[in-house]
Amino acid sequence: MNTTTLNTAHSAPADFYCLKEPQAHNGTLLGFWLYLMSDCFIFAALFTCYAVLGANYAGGPTGAEVLDLPGLAVNTALLLVSSVTFGFAMLQMARENKTAMLCWLAVAGLLAAGFVGLEIREFIGMIAEGAGPDRSAFLSSFFTLVGTHGLHVTVGILWLGVLMVQTIRYGINEANVRRLQCLSMFWHFLDLVWVGVFSYVYLAGVLR
Amino acid sequence: MSSTTTAGHDGGMHAHHGSLRGYLTGFALAIILTIIPFWLVMGHVIASPAVTIFVVLALAVVQIMVHVIYFLHLDFRSEGGWNMMAFIFTAVLVIIVLGASIWVMFEENANMMPMMSSQSMHQSYSGPSR
Amino acid sequence: MPDRSAFWNFLLGRLSLDSLPLHNTIVVYTFFVVAAIGLCLLGFITKKRYWGYLWKEWFTTVDHKKLGIMYMILGTVMLVRGFSDAIMMRAQQAVAFGSNMGYLPPHHFDQIFTAHGSIMIFFVAMAYIVGLMNYVMPQQIGARDVAFPFLNNLSFWFTFGGVVLFMISLFVGDFSTAGWLGYPPVSELQQSPGPGVDYYIWGLQLSGVGTLLTGINFVATIIKMRAPGMTMMKMPVFSWTTLCTSGLIIATFPILTATLFLLTLDRYLGTHFFTAGFGGNVMMYINLIWVWGHPEVYILILPIFGVYSEIVPTFSGKPLFGYASMVYATIAIMILSYLVWLHHFFTMGSGPSVNSFFSLTTMIISIPTGVKIFNWLFTMYRGRVRFTVPMLWTMGFLFTFTIGGMTGVMLSVAPADFLLHNSLFLVAHFHNVIIGGVVFGVFAAVNYWFPKAFGFKLDEFWGKMTFWLWQIGFWVAFGPLYVLGLMGVTRRLSHFTDPSLQPWFIVAAFGALLIGLGIVTFIVQIYVSIRRRDAYAVGGDPWDARTLEWSSTSPPPAYNFAFIPRVHERDAWTDMKARGARQPMEGFHAIHMPKNTAAGVVIGALACIFGFAMVWYIWWLAVVSFVGVVGAAIVHTFNYHRDYHIPADEVSRVERAGGWEPETEGAAA
Repeated sequence: MNTTTLNTAHSAPADFYCLKEPQAHNGTLLGFWLYLMSDCFIFAALFTCYAVLGANYAGGPTGAEVLDLPGLAVNTALLLVSSVTFGFAMLQMARENKTAMLCWLAVAGLLAAGFVGLEIREFIGMIAEGAGPDRSAFLSSFFTLVGTHGLHVTVGILWLGVLMVQTIRYGINEANVRRLQCLSMFWHFLDLVWVGVFSYVYLAGVLR
Repeated sequence: MSSTTTAGHDGGMHAHHGSLRGYLTGFALAIILTIIPFWLVMGHVIASPAVTIFVVLALAVVQIMVHVIYFLHLDFRSEGGWNMMAFIFTAVLVIIVLGASIWVMFEENANMMPMMSSQSMHQSYSGPSR
Repeated sequence: MPDRSAFWNFLLGRLSLDSLPLHNTIVVYTFFVVAAIGLCLLGFITKKRYWGYLWKEWFTTVDHKKLGIMYMILGTVMLVRGFSDAIMMRAQQAVAFGSNMGYLPPHHFDQIFTAHGSIMIFFVAMAYIVGLMNYVMPQQIGARDVAFPFLNNLSFWFTFGGVVLFMISLFVGDFSTAGWLGYPPVSELQQSPGPGVDYYIWGLQLSGVGTLLTGINFVATIIKMRAPGMTMMKMPVFSWTTLCTSGLIIATFPILTATLFLLTLDRYLGTHFFTAGFGGNVMMYINLIWVWGHPEVYILILPIFGVYSEIVPTFSGKPLFGYASMVYATIAIMILSYLVWLHHFFTMGSGPSVNSFFSLTTMIISIPTGVKIFNWLFTMYRGRVRFTVPMLWTMGFLFTFTIGGMTGVMLSVAPADFLLHNSLFLVAHFHNVIIGGVVFGVFAAVNYWFPKAFGFKLDEFWGKMTFWLWQIGFWVAFGPLYVLGLMGVTRRLSHFTDPSLQPWFIVAAFGALLIGLGIVTFIVQIYVSIRRRDAYAVGGDPWDARTLEWSSTSPPPAYNFAFIPRVHERDAWTDMKARGARQPMEGFHAIHMPKNTAAGVVIGALACIFGFAMVWYIWWLAVVSFVGVVGAAIVHTFNYHRDYHIPADEVSRVERAGGWEPETEGAAA
């Protein structure tokens, strides 16, 4: 491509037109990062709600009474390990080891599924003992914040399943690499939000 | 140890992959930063709940930074610095929204009419805790 | 309904024949008129066999230009609906004094003001600005399309789905009576058990998703797809405002989504976020919804500021004065808009410290806007100003919006706001800035860019008529409201007892009529221009303008530019003209383009059905349509072949036939 220096008398076509198509810059990773930033605001609104309403027990169960910390520890471990194993999968993807990558992805997915399963069990248990989301504002905001996070994880697991099928079928091609990188960001982001959840909702919630 | 393949050619703005060392370091830090707050709360180590909460939240912020650096690979170079710009923009606004909302709601509730005791069963609001 | 079998209850949820507002004569008549128009339109399309064309060229398009045009059409149709609401309210308030209760019972009147506000903000103003940004921005930065063309299409159909829900609400069930922001406790289940608030919620959730995706799309486009040489500080101001607006959208629409979601949980699952008991906090809703609501109004106005920043330099024949300060002012407004939201509820009782803080920030945010106004004035100063229709609208804006902004500063004084809050003064203020700012800007933009989009100019006479009717009509309609507000008259009232107020309302109604005529003349302008399009035909650069979109033909080819431009200076097109740039007419290369897709229509339609099912508690349909949305999205991801190439000789043929001429046409000397 022409890179002539400019002077006002010169108007070679290449000065003003790219005679060859400029290199395309794919915006998917940036776009997905922006989506994650927008997700931060959803969680920010829900955290704000919990901050304001999280001590409104309405004469019902308090945080110290219903929040199960040992279970929380298990859940936190599951999600953290899931996050790291996803990282291992990405390392294998970079080395184009399809089978190894799929194995690590499966591990990450199973751990996350365990996380969701335990969370569902926790919710069912709380509802059964009368501490459901309709009991008080504290419980409404608890269930919504934790539940929204759990829903995100569930969507992530579904997405993971679809991607695994697509990788098996079409291999580690350019599009799949992009998609896996997006899912990887999503996965780590959810673990990041969980840090906020277990710290502020559970640990601090027990002490309020 | 760093991996090098990227998706397509995008003029140097490719996503930064992690390395095994990076993931393991982040993992180790995250474990430590998780165990400490659990221990503090479950072991009732600090007498004052308010101080405990403050320490727990401070450690949470640090762990979030660990996740951002070691797992999300955010740095000043990814996407030509735009990822960091978007992140800082988001962080600033989230802090404003959270902080100012809590302040506003606290002040509003302080100005509410005093409650009669028969209502307190259903409306036991005690303000955002600190 | 107790007589209905369990089967029908399962099948139809709470939908029944009782849901049809057959007792409401106005709605019944409206239905017949709308049905008649609709059937004529559908019949016309069917008879002329346009369905195939519409599907292939428009509904499934991923071309930002066509999507932009579709948004503009959508906005115009909804403008008619929103304005009908307005004229009904004006008519009611002009006659309903003393023993005359008017023709609108309060329950109906409340639905009308709720619908009016919601439609005007979400489906007129938002649709218009998204349409403008969609059409113009990629061309201004020298790109071929946006970063995510499929998402662009999906965004449109999600918005359309929201519109459909709002339109259905007119004829099936009632609409919300809780105002355009849906405050609890009115919007909670106890006070609004019917489907109205649910229509409102799901309509906004759907279109909100569309808008958020658009925001992400535009930011990625501007960051990644600018033409070589176009640094950020060489980008046209309209693209800068698009960037900042889109950043605001990303940062703020999730809060609307979350807040409406919490209201939804209250209504559907009996949670206690905003209930009066069990620990809920009604004020929390108002706080959160305005955290969204204030940046939202800046989302509406910033692109329009960008529009004026393009029009003023073009018709003054000078570069924009103070480009850098314009950019910094825009960024400042973007950030400051997050620090002022409490001024919408000074009276809710947060006390003097909080009120003072937000009062100050609100006053401060007027400063960057003032900087912009001065920059436009200084651009015109010593320029060779051409008073075209876009320039007329701009000058109307400079006058009208500035006054509206000043009344805003009056409202920002918290003690004064204790009188003026929720009075007609407030109503006059926000219409002043939205009409004087956004609406005038949309008309200016339409007159300015229409020739680019369609290859012929709009009729000037009808354009000027439209302008004067709107300009005069606005002041006649809203001037009295300022006076009434200062006298203490509250908003949203359907009946008054003090007869001395009536003359003001009658004048206001007359003003609304003038505005209505202004809408009619706008439609006439479009119609007349289409009829005379051969006489009004223009080339690529009818205004002797300054930015890259004017370097292509009118209308531009699907790929926008045969050769991506290389940028050296700000006002890139002016620079190219000054240095005698000539597009080569040979050496064309194949151009990579995205394919059309039906996935957006399908997913959008299923999402709309989901919304409808949720409104009416038709749970089986909600599950099926939700699964459908997810399934259709997954199926779409299995399509890896979404693009094609336009071969070089096709490009060559188009370019030669287009008769691209570097000289401007119809430009003043």
